[in-house]
Parts: sequence; C-alpha cells; structure tokens
Amino acid sequence: MTLLQVKDLGVRFATHDGMVHAVNGVSFDLDRGQTLGIVGESGSGKSQSVLAMMGLLARNGTASGEANYQGRNLLTMSAQALNRVRGNHLSMIFQDPMTSLNPYLTVERQMTEVLELHKGMERRAAKKRAIELLDAVRIPDAARRVDMYPHEFSGGMRQRVMIAMALLCEPELLIADEPTTALDVTVQAQILGLLKDLQRDFGTAIIMITHDLGVVAGLCDQVMVMYGGRVMEHGDAEHIFYRPTHPYTIGLLGALPRLDDEGDALTSIPGNPPNLARMPAGCPFAERCGHVLPQCAATMPALVAAGDDGKALRACHVPVAQLIADSGEAVHD
Amino acid sequence: MFSKSKRQQLAQNLGGQLEAAVIEGRSPWKDARIRFRRNHAAVVSLVLLVLIGLLVVIGPWIVPHSYDEADWSVAAPLAPTFTNWHLFGTDDNARDLLVRVLIGGRISFMVGILGTLVAVVIGVSWGAISGFFGGKVDALMMRFVDVMYALPFMLFAILLMTFFGRDLVLMFVALGAISWLDMARIVRGQTLSLKSKEFVEAARAIGVPRRAIIFRHIVPNLLGVVVIYATVTIPNVILTESVLSFLGLGVQEPMTSWGVLVQDGAQHMDTAPWMLLIPALFLSVTLYCANYVGDGLRDALDPKDR
Amino acid sequence: MTDSRQAILSVRNVRVHFQVADQDARWPWSEKKTLKAVDGISFDLYPGETLGVVGESGCGKSTLSRAILNLIPATDGEIVWMGKDLRKGSERDWLHVRRDIQMIFQDPLASLDPRMTVAQIIAEPLKTHRPELSGSEVMERVRKMMTRVGLTEQQINRYPHEFSGGQCQRIGIARALILEPKLIICDEPVSALDVSIQAQIINLLKALQRELGLALIFIAHDLAVVKHISDRILVMYLGREMELAAKHALYDRPSHPYTRALLSAIPFPDPARERNKTIQLLAGDLPSPIDPPSGCVFRTRCPLAEARCAEEKPHLHAVDADTQCSCLKV
Repeated sequence: MTLLQVKDLGVRFATHDGMVHAVNGVSFDLDRGQTLGIVGESGSGKSQSVLAMMGLLARNGTASGEANYQGRNLLTMSAQALNRVRGNHLSMIFQDPMTSLNPYLTVERQMTEVLELHKGMERRAAKKRAIELLDAVRIPDAARRVDMYPHEFSGGMRQRVMIAMALLCEPELLIADEPTTALDVTVQAQILGLLKDLQRDFGTAIIMITHDLGVVAGLCDQVMVMYGGRVMEHGDAEHIFYRPTHPYTIGLLGALPRLDDEGDALTSIPGNPPNLARMPAGCPFAERCGHVLPQCAATMPALVAAGDDGKALRACHVPVAQLIADSGEAVHD
Repeated sequence: MFSKSKRQQLAQNLGGQLEAAVIEGRSPWKDARIRFRRNHAAVVSLVLLVLIGLLVVIGPWIVPHSYDEADWSVAAPLAPTFTNWHLFGTDDNARDLLVRVLIGGRISFMVGILGTLVAVVIGVSWGAISGFFGGKVDALMMRFVDVMYALPFMLFAILLMTFFGRDLVLMFVALGAISWLDMARIVRGQTLSLKSKEFVEAARAIGVPRRAIIFRHIVPNLLGVVVIYATVTIPNVILTESVLSFLGLGVQEPMTSWGVLVQDGAQHMDTAPWMLLIPALFLSVTLYCANYVGDGLRDALDPKDR
Repeated sequence: MTDSRQAILSVRNVRVHFQVADQDARWPWSEKKTLKAVDGISFDLYPGETLGVVGESGCGKSTLSRAILNLIPATDGEIVWMGKDLRKGSERDWLHVRRDIQMIFQDPLASLDPRMTVAQIIAEPLKTHRPELSGSEVMERVRKMMTRVGLTEQQINRYPHEFSGGQCQRIGIARALILEPKLIICDEPVSALDVSIQAQIINLLKALQRELGLALIFIAHDLAVVKHISDRILVMYLGREMELAAKHALYDRPSHPYTRALLSAIPFPDPARERNKTIQLLAGDLPSPIDPPSGCVFRTRCPLAEARCAEEKPHLHAVDADTQCSCLKV
C-alpha cells in the first residue's frame, strides 16, 4: 500500500545571488514498511527534499509539486494540519544529536511533550511510555536515565533518545537525515542495527538520507541517487550496487574507499561539487562526466526506465550499452 | 571506470573552461561593501553623516556671520528668518545660531573622531596583547580594565578639569581614556576566539613568529569588529562631551559645542524654542545615523553571512 | 619490528596530559584532575612511508599530531627527528624542524586565513623560512606549486571562500609542500570532503608522495580511507596504542579485539554482504579520559576481557614480523 507519493517535488530559494533551485523534479513512491535511501553529496538537494515535505524549509524557500501522504498533499497543508501529521505519523531525526535536543529540558519532559500533544496522554502515562521506548532503543537503566538532561548522555545515546522520541507515536514513516554522520563508526553500527530492528518490529517505513553508500547498503530496499538537485538514478539496492547504469553512480561507487579493495588508486570524479546558483540547462553532472555527449549540457535527460527489469530509473542521455562499452570493464561486482 | 585517456581529455576540458575565469578575487571587504549597500537605512545614514560633516566643515566659511559676534541690528533672541541671513535665528546674545550650530558641530565631530581614535589605538593594542598572550599577562591586564571600569568617570573628568583647567585637548584625553575600556574587552574576546582558529594554528605550524601572527593574521581579522565598535563609540563620546559641556566642564565660551548649545537652549526653552530644538535636532540625527551605520556595518561584516 | 632502514622520526612514550578543573570541585583552588589525552605512544617512521593513525573520537590522534609539532607541548616522552630529541631542543631547533615537518588540517576552509589571497597563503612559509628569496622568485614557486596540486594560475588572487572544500584542501597541500618538507602530518584531511572529492585528494597525496619521496602521517577515523594510502597503521584508543601493523597484516588478520570490532563495524557498499554481516558490537560507552580504566583501557568494552586485564597495563609487543599488538591475550 502506498504510504507516500512524491510527484515532481521542487524546492527553490530566493537568495541575494538570485533564485537557487535546490531540488528539481523529484518523484518516488514509498510503500508501508519500505526503506528508501537518498544518497548524494553536498548540493544534491537530498536534505532539502525531505525538509520541504516536513514543512521545515527556511523562510526564503518555496516548495512546488506534490508530496501526497495518504492522499493529502503535505506541501499545501495548513500549518495546523501539518502539525497533526508531524511527530505523529511522520517523524524525523536529524544529524547532530547535540543541537536537536533541548539542553534545558530533561529527556522525560521532551518525550512526554510529544505524547501529551499528539496522543492527549497524561504526564504519568506518557512517562511510562517514554521509558518503554527508551528500553526499546536499548538505553541501559532507562527508568533512571529518563530524568536526566541531554548533556549527560553520550553522542550515540543522544541519537537513540532522538530515535525513541521519533517513535513515540508509532509513526508510519521515519525520516532520518544523516543520523550517523556525526558518530563514530562503532556507534554508527549500533544505531544502524537498532534502526533495522525497530523497522522490523514496528513496521515503520524509513527514508534514510546519507552520503555514505555503505550505510544505505545494509538498511535500504530502494536507493535514489541525487546530484545537483535532480535524481540521477533510482532503483532497488541490488540494481544500484551491482548493476549501476548512471555515470555518476558508477563514479561514486568507484571513488568509495572499500575495505575489500586491494588499496590501489581510487578512481576519482574530476571537477568540483555543483554551484546551485549557476546550473547548466541540461544535466547537472555534465561538466564532470567522462561520457559526456553534446546534448548533455543543453537538455536535461528524462528519468526513464533503465531497461534491465523495468523497475529501475535513470536520467542519462548515454545509452546503457554504450556506458558499459566505454568503461571497458564490467561494472562493480 | 574512466579510461586514462578519457580522464586526461576531461581534465583538459576543465582547464579550458577555467581559463576564462576572472582573475581578481572577491575579497571579504568587497563582499562586505556589497552587503552594506543593500542596507538602505545604513546607506542613507552614511550619506546624512557625510552631509552634516561637510556642512560643519565648510559651512562656517560660507555663512556671513561669525560665531562669536553679536549682531546689534536685531532684537535678540531672533526667531529663524531670512532677514540678515539668520536662517536659524539667533541666541539671546544676538549671535547667529546657524554658524554656532555648525561651529559646535565641528567641535562635536572632532571630539567624536579623535576621542574614538584614542580609544581604538589604546583599546586594540591592550586587547590584542592581552588576548594573544593569555595567562597571567591577560589576567593582569584585564583586572586593570576592571578597576578602570569601577572609576566614576565624572569624578575623573572633574578632577582633570580642576587640575589642568578647561583645555580642549585635555577633554579629548579624558574622553579617550574612558572609551578604550569597551574596545579592549571586545578586542580581547575576538583575539581569544581567533587564536583558536585553525588558520592561526596553521601559521604556528609553519613557524610564523608571534609578532607576524598578531599583525598578519589576527589584526586584519579583528578590523571588522573594531570598525563596528568604533562607529558605536563615536556617538558615545559625543554624548559624553555634551554631558560634560552641559555641566559646564567642556568647551569655553565663546567656543561652543552641541552640548553647550543644548544647555543654553534648555534655559530659553519657553521664549526661544529654536535655540534648543535646532542643536538638539542636529545632535540626535548625528547620533542616530552613526548608530545605524554601526548596525549596518555589523550586518555587513558578520562572518556568518559569508 | 626490526627494520634496517633509519627512522626519520622516532616517538617514544609520548604523553600529553592536561590539567582540567574538576567538575565536582567545591573550591576554585581544589586539586585539578588530569586528562590523559595521549598516554604513552611509541612508533618509528621511515623515509617515504605513510603511517596511518586511526581511532575514534577521543583517542588522542589529533593531540598526538599537535605534540609532534609542538603546537601542544608534550608532557613527557621523546620525539626524535633525524636523531635529535626535539623536546630537549630550543625554540630555534623547533623553527628549523618546521621546515621539514608540515601539516594539513581537517577543515580545509578554516585552515586558511579568510583575508589573505591564495598567493599570500601559499607564499607565507617561504616568506617565513626563506626571507632571502625575492618577490618574483616566491611568486614563481607559488605558481608552480599551484599547478602541481591541480589549481590553475588564474586563481592566484582569489580568496579562500571562493573555492570549494576540495580546492581549499589543495591550497593547504600546496602551502605544506612549498618548503619541500620531508614529512607531512595530515590531520583527517578528507573527513570534511565529499566522497568524489576525497578520492581526488587521496590520489593527489599518493602521487605527490611517490614523486617527492615524502613521509606521511595520515590521521583518520575511517579505516577504509586509510587503507588506500598507508603502509603501516597504528590503531589508537583512549590515548593508548592498540595495534601497529603493516597494511595487509592489519586488514587480513587483525590481532587486537578493538581492531576487529572497528573493521567489522565499517559498512560495506554491498547489500548482500551487509545483510549477512555479523558485527562485533562493542558493549558500553567510551570511558572518560579523565578517569580511564586501570590496566588495559579497552577492557570495559572488550569481549575478551578477564581479571588480569584490570591489573596489568599492556604494551605493544611483536606478534609476528609485521604486527605489534598490545592485548594481553594475544
């Protein structure tokens, strides 16, 4: 059953340097219990897309298109209606657990606030539920810890508190914006394992935003690769990792340092991240692409089926067959 | 994934595009100027300040009256009129008010600028040295500032004036000696924060000597804050001078300043309101504009906006 | 580890301890506590080799790098450069050393003075150490260096904020290389960069190292990144050394339980592998460096911990020709 239907989502910002189109033409469907990973580097628009859906854009930002949650467009909802959905059916966790928790309130207060607001629960009942959830996210000694302040927790534990807060109302969809980027790798492994387990137990759909393809590989069924505000490739995890069909995805996979690599030279993508204030009319990746054709800089390629099984999508003028032939070697196995 | 020849070709193409790039860089100062210009209130204030500045400098040479001459042909105090070119009227001693306001403006501007200059020079040196060296040096220097803060300024000024007479230069010294305290604290705070920045650490790693670090790295990055607080110090100094003059400790007759004029005007408020209103207007507008310019500079130079 | 080559840098038992105010102290003059950021690190570095220093937050790797350059003075130990113990030397000695040892920083933009042009930034080391060079000679070298690191000469008068992160890091590299040093300490130089740019910078560093015979100390928290550039790797935890091994030895047969946990925690861009992976999760949290555990500092989270781990303080000992490990049980 489709939980979220995003059609042609766009985000633009009015800045002193002119109109910046941070996101263009993003479309995807998300079913119940599915996980989608949105992967991209700086300037890809991955964060702005979900911020738009949650109504958290900066003041000079405008969203266009549709983000239909259970039939209603999140982008055009009134603030009140959106507030009933946010935190309740749709939750979000952010990158920096230090700044996303209020340092002046105890964890208990911050969690019970959510329950009082959305479920109309009484403080006592809410506190009980909060402790249950802190247990579920494996915070040791939850009953005592719930009365502590955020600064008394470590980074990894704070992130767990955030996850617990996000799950209080048993949302259908959890959006995680780079939740483990600021954490050590061993702590990251714990948090990712936790998310996997919670998803299995609660049946929550997850949208995971990250620049780390490794994180996505373990957690996500579907992967969407973005660059310069547009979707470059979209398919299930097997397709993206084993049979990528877009030069950017291929380049990204090649540039990734891997433990199972022999440790020789990494294939880098030449050039610099895109300047969103001065985007070319065509494909944003054109200036860095090794397979660039004359029409690439002029016209934006449409997002069409990649061909192998019809379900994956790619936005590229270069035919897949030519891509493989040009590369001269089989894509990553 | 990319063959070597493709990569080389791409690198060449990239190089070609960059050939056309602009050579001159956009320095942070230029960025600040652009941002300042967008702030209309600040620009208008700056223009007004410059206008008033020009008026007070050139005006007295144009106006056909002298600031200390009584015009016996009129009945003092005269309301503003076009007869005899008394555009602002006269005071109760039949002296032309326009020229007195302009001359008074000269004194106020001079006091403001010179007093602030003294404050900047002493404050920046004190604050930068204290902040850079830290430790005991910092503790001592800042305790001195704390003690100075505790001194009642009026007492200090009165003592100075009593001992050395009502000398204009002395007043500058007194004003500057008080105003540097704020500047020192602010500069010290900025220096402390700059000291821990990575580019200062990089300079130390290179082996740049301490003096060069202070003058090449720290001071240029301080200037933004110094400029902002200097423009806010100017109105403070002018105001303090006005208060001193109001109390009778400032400039001597027949020389005048806006503070003196306001004092005189206050005494004749019911019979000759223009004697109070006009100098007060000039004083207020100048202070207002200086504050707006300071605000505009703060926004323009704010590093977070970069 | 026996090596017939002559080490250019020998670090022996370096400690960096900070005196910090006790959070629970009653009076301002109460005894301060010691924060042991680096607590006894020893290693040798050979000409032209890259030593990767890896560890998570709080392990002391950044502090160690600052101590080698005396940006943060070491509390104890020996830092021997080309046979001379630097800690016993004077300020002048350090100044000479700074010609040979340079540093690249983690935040590419913050490590460049925002009010100086690229030319001024790259020229600064030359102006400091070679004042006899004329202005045009300095500019000549700056231009050559810019091209060498992949920047174009046209950008010579631009300011740091006009460049991307990767380009700023190239400027930092140019600045570090201009004096032709023998060792460059790279403090997490690619952590703040996008993946596609990371690869560029790593490749650049490798190429430069090959060309100039540089030694590198490459500090990172990502073992996968470090694998691509290092010859030997030092794993640190809470200021102490866990394992020091040659690249292949470390990745193929890690000896220390911490190394094994780190390696297993790294996510793979390979769905099948990731889903079937069993991670060695570490129990508990990182202890405070003010109050580290007695004996082996890793014992509170180690799956192999036993009673004697709390009593004996382990040191690096040779496990085989390529590996040194500080676990009591290995």
